[in-house]
Amino acid sequence: MDYSLVVAIELLRAVAGLVLIATGLAIIFGMMRVINIAHGEFMMLGGYTVVLTTKLGVNIWVAILVLAPLAVGLFGIIVERCIIQHLYGRIIDSLLATWGLSLFLIGFVTVVFGNTLEGVSTPFGGFAIGQYKIAIYSLFLILAAAAFIASVFFALKYTKSGLIARATMQNPDMVESLGVNSKIVYMTTFGIGAAFSGLAGGLLAPISGVVPGMGVNFIGQAFITVVTGGAAVVAGTLSASSVLGSISQAVTFAAGPVYGDATLLFVALILLRLLPRGITGRIFTRSI
Amino acid sequence: MLSKVSKDWAGAGFVTTIGLAILIFVPILFDLFEVLQMTQYVVLSLFALSLAYIWGYGGILSFGQAGFFGLGGYTYAVAAINMGQTTVPFLMAIGLCALFAAALGYFMFYGRLNDVYLGVVTLVVTLILWKLINHTAGPEYSIGEARLGGFNGIPSIPIMTLPWQPDMEMEPGQMFQYFMAILIGVYVLLHVLIKSKFGRVAISIRENEVRTGLLGYDVRLYKLGIFTIGGAIGGAAGAMWATYQTFIDPNSFSLEVSAKCLIWVMAGGVGTLFGPIVGVIGLQYLSLKLGETDLINNLIILGTILMFLVLLLPKGIFPSFQDLMQWLWRRVGGSGGERTP
Repeated sequence: MDYSLVVAIELLRAVAGLVLIATGLAIIFGMMRVINIAHGEFMMLGGYTVVLTTKLGVNIWVAILVLAPLAVGLFGIIVERCIIQHLYGRIIDSLLATWGLSLFLIGFVTVVFGNTLEGVSTPFGGFAIGQYKIAIYSLFLILAAAAFIASVFFALKYTKSGLIARATMQNPDMVESLGVNSKIVYMTTFGIGAAFSGLAGGLLAPISGVVPGMGVNFIGQAFITVVTGGAAVVAGTLSASSVLGSISQAVTFAAGPVYGDATLLFVALILLRLLPRGITGRIFTRSI
Repeated sequence: MLSKVSKDWAGAGFVTTIGLAILIFVPILFDLFEVLQMTQYVVLSLFALSLAYIWGYGGILSFGQAGFFGLGGYTYAVAAINMGQTTVPFLMAIGLCALFAAALGYFMFYGRLNDVYLGVVTLVVTLILWKLINHTAGPEYSIGEARLGGFNGIPSIPIMTLPWQPDMEMEPGQMFQYFMAILIGVYVLLHVLIKSKFGRVAISIRENEVRTGLLGYDVRLYKLGIFTIGGAIGGAAGAMWATYQTFIDPNSFSLEVSAKCLIWVMAGGVGTLFGPIVGVIGLQYLSLKLGETDLINNLIILGTILMFLVLLLPKGIFPSFQDLMQWLWRRVGGSGGERTP
């Protein structure tokens, strides 16, 4: 009984982890068909924001929940203005440019902060289920992932700016002719996507630690989740995270984390072979 | 007819002749250090050719070319340590990479993945390979007598021998000539391939996939063929890299290697075979010189070059230069020249 409860929590945590790291990427991809290869580095910047500001004495919650998304969101807007806005419609070029940005950021942060592991202590303690110990922070991450999904869904479905964003996604020319500046919509969306990446980086910083190259550990899973999910931001992220997260976590239990990662990829390949446009390209096609 | 053939082959013949001259004279004229340095350029040029071909002449942008590079290197290392000879391991490396490319290509092309999806899948496959091989540190991860060694890599890989002299390790000069001969051979082969019917269909797929399909060609099969050839060449380059360094570690699978390969091809110009080789030499020399100063991180340079190329010179340095020359030529009243393939 205890053991199955622990397994259930771990499965949920794996799914939540995928939701956290994929949401920012999914927003940018779903909205503008840009896969941001620097996504992992945006998360890394979020992590560094948390580490540096807590060192300066800022409360850890303020650092994670306010400063990390704010800093990375602003950075995202700068990136959109300088690089991405010239590359809309040139999918491959935007991939290459963000890859360049990714390498640049890893190199730059290595030069400035050094290639060492920085950490912040994990907030909350743990509690015991029978003989197993669970960190409360894991539960907090599950809640955070639920909040990610809920807020994106609510914003896109029930707010006016969400409506405009979805309309721009479907037909930018029509939106322009109705008097909306689609450039600003794109810029804001990229900024929000970046902010979500930064927030995810900040949230994961206490458990993963922060190094300049940490992005590499996330991007594979993030890309695969987004690509498997398809174009719908909420339904795609949620369905792909659930399928891939639970399967890979199950394999992790059985064989170890590396095989879990490999299985994640393998399942994703098979899913993409069957559903080339992602899960939401075939099922849940009308969802957000 | 004759003029068309000669036009097709003039550029390639010129490049081949220069290549043969380099093959013969470099080991005589230069000292050991420079010959070793140039061997490195030769191996990496072959690696760049693998991407130059599939991207430039098949429209397949692989973000995971390092996967084949690493796989080829590791296959060669493991097989050479176990078998006590090197010709068969070299062929095994090429064969295994071709098989791996074919298997991966089946999933991608028969699933009709495109653009973003293709890029992401190739990238992630390489990432997973990198993670898996990093994980093989313990002694239980051995294949025969070869320990995979995790992030420490495999040291003291046997040096390649000439196929007809299996008992004699190659001297650096010999190795340069052997590798240069392979590079020239692959260059000529690719050129023949591009000019053949297969190559023309491949180019038409690059230009318009749907139209090619409607004309009755099986686009998926052609793409699979192109990707497999690219994988085999990448694997050959990896094996040569392993023997050149007598060492291989998981970094040969890293994103940095994939990115470098892309940058060489982009800088040299997509849609040429010679350009990427110029790209390798130019950028490797540049990063060698800048690396000596120790002030600037290598990744910063790579990233900056990549962003710069995409934003300002999307056609690549070499073709942009050719365009400039042609423009200047027209300005002085001549007719436009032919682009070297």
